[in-house]
Amino acid sequence: MADNPQRPVATTRPLSPHLTIYRWPATMLTSITHRVTGVGLSLGAIVLAWWLVSVSNGPEGWQAFHAISDTPIGALVLLGLTWSLVYHFLNGVRHLAWDLGYGFEKGTAERNSMIILVLSVIGAVAIFGLSWTGHGGYLR
Amino acid sequence: MSTGQTPLHKVQGLGASHSGTGHFWHERVTAVALIPLSLWFLYVMMGLSGTSEVTALQFLAHPWNAILMGAFVGFSLWHAYLGLQVVIDDYVHTPGMKIFLMLVVRFSVIAIYAASLVAIVRITAL
Repeated sequence: MADNPQRPVATTRPLSPHLTIYRWPATMLTSITHRVTGVGLSLGAIVLAWWLVSVSNGPEGWQAFHAISDTPIGALVLLGLTWSLVYHFLNGVRHLAWDLGYGFEKGTAERNSMIILVLSVIGAVAIFGLSWTGHGGYLR
Repeated sequence: MSTGQTPLHKVQGLGASHSGTGHFWHERVTAVALIPLSLWFLYVMMGLSGTSEVTALQFLAHPWNAILMGAFVGFSLWHAYLGLQVVIDDYVHTPGMKIFLMLVVRFSVIAIYAASLVAIVRITAL
């Protein structure tokens, strides 16, 4: 250092290991997924508002909504939003448990991450599958 | 350097975030409210699947259902606003861009809520 006082400081400083260097534990995956599904659900609020406006517009509005939601891409978006809601719900409950001080042990956190991932997929497929195959509609 | 803080704010020592635990607490309160509301919402969406607009209109015309739907949309957007703020804080590092994006999020959330509420009121008035 003393021989070259002009040397930029930044290049000589050691950098702490960054995200990319770690093997991905389940807790890391569930953490970033919570954020991604949260942003997805924020966009989903637009879909919900659009649905409510469509319903309020009567038969034409309903048909206009279904003309888009009944396409394969529309169904995929709705399935994605269903899964996002189920996942964010389950992992959100875990966040609240963390706030109360529960579930921080390494083994527990790792196990709960796997449970939430599996359960969210099962839940979303069940909810969406039953609705899509005509097994919903009980409010008729 | 001026921080835009009042002397009272400064002496309260709220730090670099310019607020105390308000954000954290509101995020949790809205999360707790959304536990029953989300379950109700999924129950409703399944129950209305494969039906006609008449079913949806009749369901949402009931005051309790209208209130619950309004609450679900409201708490969801409030929670989304707080969450998106954290995402912007984490990834956007220029103050100008940060303020701009927060304004976009804030105006969007208000617009989405206004549209939803007007729709719900229109349905109940039908």
